[in-house]
Amino acid sequence: MHVPAAAPAAIPVSDRTRPGWMAWALLAPMVFWLVVFVVIPGIILLVYSFCERDEVGGVIYSFNLDNYRRVFQPTYLNIFVRSIGYAALTTVLCVVIGYPVAYYIGRASESLRNKLLLLVMVPFWTSFLIRTYAWITILKQEGLLNSFLKAADVGIEPFNLLYTPAAVIIGLVYAYLPFMILPIYGSAEKLDNSLIEAAYDLGAGPIRAFSSVIVPLTMPGIAAGTLLVFVPAIGMFAITDLMGGAKVPMIGNVIQNQFLQARDWPFGAALGVIFMLMFALTYVILQRRGSRPAA
Amino acid sequence: MIEIRGVTKRFGTFTAVNNVSLTVNAGEFITLLGPSGCGKTTLLRLLAGFETPDEGAVLLDGVDVSHEPPYRRSVNQVFQSYALFPHMSVMENVGFGLRMQNVPAAEAEGRIREALATVSLAEQADKLPHQMSGGQRQRVALARALVCRPKVLLLDEPLSALDAKLRQGMQLELKHLQRKLGLTFVFVTHDQEEALTMSDRIAIINKGQIEQLGNATDIYHRPRTPFAADFIGQANLLSGTIILRQGPTATIRLDTGLELVVACTELPASATKVLVSIRPEKIHIGRLPAPAENVFQARIAEEIFQGATDQLRLVTDQGTKLHALVANESATQEAFHEGDRVYCSLHLDDLVIVQAE
Repeated sequence: MHVPAAAPAAIPVSDRTRPGWMAWALLAPMVFWLVVFVVIPGIILLVYSFCERDEVGGVIYSFNLDNYRRVFQPTYLNIFVRSIGYAALTTVLCVVIGYPVAYYIGRASESLRNKLLLLVMVPFWTSFLIRTYAWITILKQEGLLNSFLKAADVGIEPFNLLYTPAAVIIGLVYAYLPFMILPIYGSAEKLDNSLIEAAYDLGAGPIRAFSSVIVPLTMPGIAAGTLLVFVPAIGMFAITDLMGGAKVPMIGNVIQNQFLQARDWPFGAALGVIFMLMFALTYVILQRRGSRPAA
Repeated sequence: MIEIRGVTKRFGTFTAVNNVSLTVNAGEFITLLGPSGCGKTTLLRLLAGFETPDEGAVLLDGVDVSHEPPYRRSVNQVFQSYALFPHMSVMENVGFGLRMQNVPAAEAEGRIREALATVSLAEQADKLPHQMSGGQRQRVALARALVCRPKVLLLDEPLSALDAKLRQGMQLELKHLQRKLGLTFVFVTHDQEEALTMSDRIAIINKGQIEQLGNATDIYHRPRTPFAADFIGQANLLSGTIILRQGPTATIRLDTGLELVVACTELPASATKVLVSIRPEKIHIGRLPAPAENVFQARIAEEIFQGATDQLRLVTDQGTKLHALVANESATQEAFHEGDRVYCSLHLDDLVIVQAE
């Protein structure tokens, strides 16, 4: 689905209407990459999703819709709904936590802005898995959080947060927060200060200036951030495995399971196809909503 | 209507506005004129409420509003960049202020239509700002401010982004609108022509202070400081020493030796050294001497054709350099040429003393 979107963007500006051989030559590496690693695997996935598995985990090429029937069984439908729910909650929390941060960075002076942006990116210097393990040591029964509560003596009994839905949400929000902050920052930084002043000047207090001018004008950032957080959060399996202790399986875990443990590739492929359709749908909805120009 | 009382505003160590006092009357068109960085915009922002004074007070209708936020002041601003909300139609932009004041929808609709009609944009209500030309956006910004019926309208260089022709048209239109609605306008500009065309009074601002306050003719013909003389129009600034005082006139000798007679009624008795300002178009040039208090001879060093006028660079016999403007009355008329010797005549009140010590 990325191929048609990528092609027009890379056409040289001197010839916007008809890409010449030069344009195709420049695009070739990109097109090759997309065909080999996106289009062909996508087609394989689609073909597999209509096949059956044999006893040893191989694929029998036959056409049937059994896999899709299984996808829409309550068990898997529940997992889909739960995944969407978790991803939605993660997205909402990321917006709520990330927006003030992004807005503040976007409106800060240039030197401060660069320092703060660096802070947002610092976590990327450490491996994602190591950071997730760090959360495990914080959240587990004898972990940092409980030791701290004990030391602070605030009267809260040690409790186990690890391997609960809350831990999964913490992990997801932690992992995806920068992907919400950066696009909102991009919108907030471009926001013309005189527009905010105009809102004040016309009688809008801080709250109404925020809701009627600042939020609509940073909506492209919120939309981009939502796409960058919501979509990968649905499919995330590492965090749900490590911090949820596989107690709350998500669609990502199920797909991973079908391919690696259950060795039911056709069913995994069907789940994957449905999953991709959901991505496409989210993308289209966000594009539609974000299509009203803000510049 | 507006009273600014000894207002000072600093940004770090920089003093943008330095102990400024100014009273603006109801229905007046006052212009804050000065070069960039002189503090005129800061003064306007202090009126709008985007800045709060470090010292002094801003009063609106006798009420101290120095620390009121912009949304609680009954003033509205037209921004230099127009600051139209890009996500709203013209109608929504103009209606924004009314929505914020919770004006009932039916009444708001009528007022929006009326405001758009005032700026001749009734047909464009459903357009988005980016679909309009610069001049149209300017009008939307004006309508958006006017619809709130402010006591005072603040305009921050609203015409600077328009091309010359459009700007001149808008200058007159704004002036007519202000008269018709009887509104108080505080207009900020760095363009002295714009200020002279539109204003009832002009405050010339320099280095955070008001250099001179007065109506356009006053400011133009009787500048009181070298800065005011130089910033408005063109001026020959000449320094000299008083050598003789006789009742209402005095004779001064310029550094080059040229002697000029000036009016000295307002000059302190102790003054010896003075700076004289002469507007280039006041110097009368002719083949023969014309009757005037000051007549001297000069050579035309350079002649620059400027369409309606000819700019002449003159050097007097004593060596004083002057520039003069003469009307280009007709193409066939005997014109002045480089190298010509001419008589320069100057009346007493065309020499203005802008500095004395």
